[in-house]
Amino acid sequence: MSRNGPLALAFHGLFVVFMLAPIVIVCAVAFTPEGYLSFPTQGLSLRWFKAIARYPEFITAFWASIWLGLVSSTIALTVSVPAALAIARHEFKGRQTLTALFMSPLMIPHVVLGIAFLRFFTQIGLGNTFLGLVLAHIVVVFPFALRLTLASAVGMDRAIEHAAISLGATEWVVFRRITLPLITPGLVSGWALAFIQSFDEVTMTVFIAAPGTETLPVRMFLYIQDNIDPLVTSVSAVVITLTTILLVLLDRTYGLDRLLIGRGRDDA
Amino acid sequence: MKRRNIASVSSATTADPARVVPYLLSLPAFLLFVGVVLVPIAMTVLLSFHDWGQYKGIQPVLILKNWREVASDGYFHEMFLRTFRVALLVTLLTAVLGGPEAYILSRMRPPWRGMFLLVVLGPLLISVVARTLGWALLFGGSSGVINKALINLGMISAPLPFMFTETGVVVALTHVLMPFMVLAVWAALQRLDPQVENAAASLGAGQATILRRIVLPQVLPGVLSGAIIVFSLAASAFATPAIIGGRRLKVAATLAYDEFLNTLNWPLGAAVATLLLLALVTIIVGCNRLLERRYAEVFR
Repeated sequence: MSRNGPLALAFHGLFVVFMLAPIVIVCAVAFTPEGYLSFPTQGLSLRWFKAIARYPEFITAFWASIWLGLVSSTIALTVSVPAALAIARHEFKGRQTLTALFMSPLMIPHVVLGIAFLRFFTQIGLGNTFLGLVLAHIVVVFPFALRLTLASAVGMDRAIEHAAISLGATEWVVFRRITLPLITPGLVSGWALAFIQSFDEVTMTVFIAAPGTETLPVRMFLYIQDNIDPLVTSVSAVVITLTTILLVLLDRTYGLDRLLIGRGRDDA
Repeated sequence: MKRRNIASVSSATTADPARVVPYLLSLPAFLLFVGVVLVPIAMTVLLSFHDWGQYKGIQPVLILKNWREVASDGYFHEMFLRTFRVALLVTLLTAVLGGPEAYILSRMRPPWRGMFLLVVLGPLLISVVARTLGWALLFGGSSGVINKALINLGMISAPLPFMFTETGVVVALTHVLMPFMVLAVWAALQRLDPQVENAAASLGAGQATILRRIVLPQVLPGVLSGAIIVFSLAASAFATPAIIGGRRLKVAATLAYDEFLNTLNWPLGAAVATLLLLALVTIIVGCNRLLERRYAEVFR
């Protein structure tokens, strides 16, 4: 394997600085001891992290995001498993169309989805409810869950299933004892990716979240719209830290590029 | 697959239960998508034909008023033009910077490669709001870190305006969407056989020739599919232009947001959103067609 030349490495260095700079500065500014935004700071202080506790709206929004992510990604994953098995294992009329429909939230701008959900939920009486948020998030994270369940269903060796059937196992037993355990690594990664997508979603959610159901990114966004102060940087630093931990875990267990590309070639 | 075909042929004469299976399996997801995606989108398209007045609210009639307004008002032309100009610039920048970076990453040795892949792709999963906040801090008027650094380096004499400008939006969006481009090119590079490069080198090709004649043609479909993703996400971006562009520098998504939550003219906002959706779907589907026809042999 040929090595990168000095010019390539210099480019790479600048590129990495570009990618990390905004993330690093948020975390650096969060440790300011001053009452205003300042960088570089004179000394470090945790005062703005302690200040988060005095703003219950961030804490409430954090838990709303956690619950929303847990519920919506779990439901999305559960619904995606049978759909993935159908798409991966059967040739049927409308298979392509169905796959395109299930992947469509990736193509429809989230601002359009937000508007559509706002109108729809207001009309059917689900406006400003947590249930509405859950339904919207299930749909938005569904493609991510489906892509990874699909990848594991396609990549699975089916010989063991055939062996079980020939030994007299019923279809349900085959699914529960063989298929499900074999696709579990894919399911776990799909769930985690779906959870992160739900936790980070802001564009669509900002339309349908109301005070009380506001998620953390929405709360942060609305706060920044008014003013930028060290408090919102410390909240962001916490979010960045938590996401990074999850990110490194996912990378170690599944591989980040595989997670994001989706392993199966058949998944487009 | 063969096995299933034989099984289904043998029982095809009677009503075949195996045929219903895929439909039954995908039914829950199908119902969910009809109920929570297709119906709401259809309602939004319908809403764009409704009338609206400051005091009478939304009138459920079918008129072209909002569409006429979007088509004739120069304000909307300028806004859509800005939206697509920003999206195009961001797409170009991600391709020019992200493509080479993906290639450099693919040539790294294992421990470094994994580490830097995480650094470059990881931001994708970090909150867009937090990342944009970072850019707001870096830009931050005349006292922003970037301006201080540029002045200290003697590259500029007066601070450059980044906040509330298109330049600022383009830079921040390039950062936000860069991982998608690197990912697309990376995926294309994974399919590349390194032996072809080695063969070219052993036949006496220089580094530049190998890049131009071997790597680039094979990676181009990856760059183009990354460009489609980046363009569509940049054209519909919301949080970044809202924070960096502020209230005056409007793009399609922030304008629709304003119509819905500040002016409360939902039908007009719905018309802007429908137009954005139509434009993007046309562009995405058109480009995908073109890509598949042009590079049919790569996707096979």
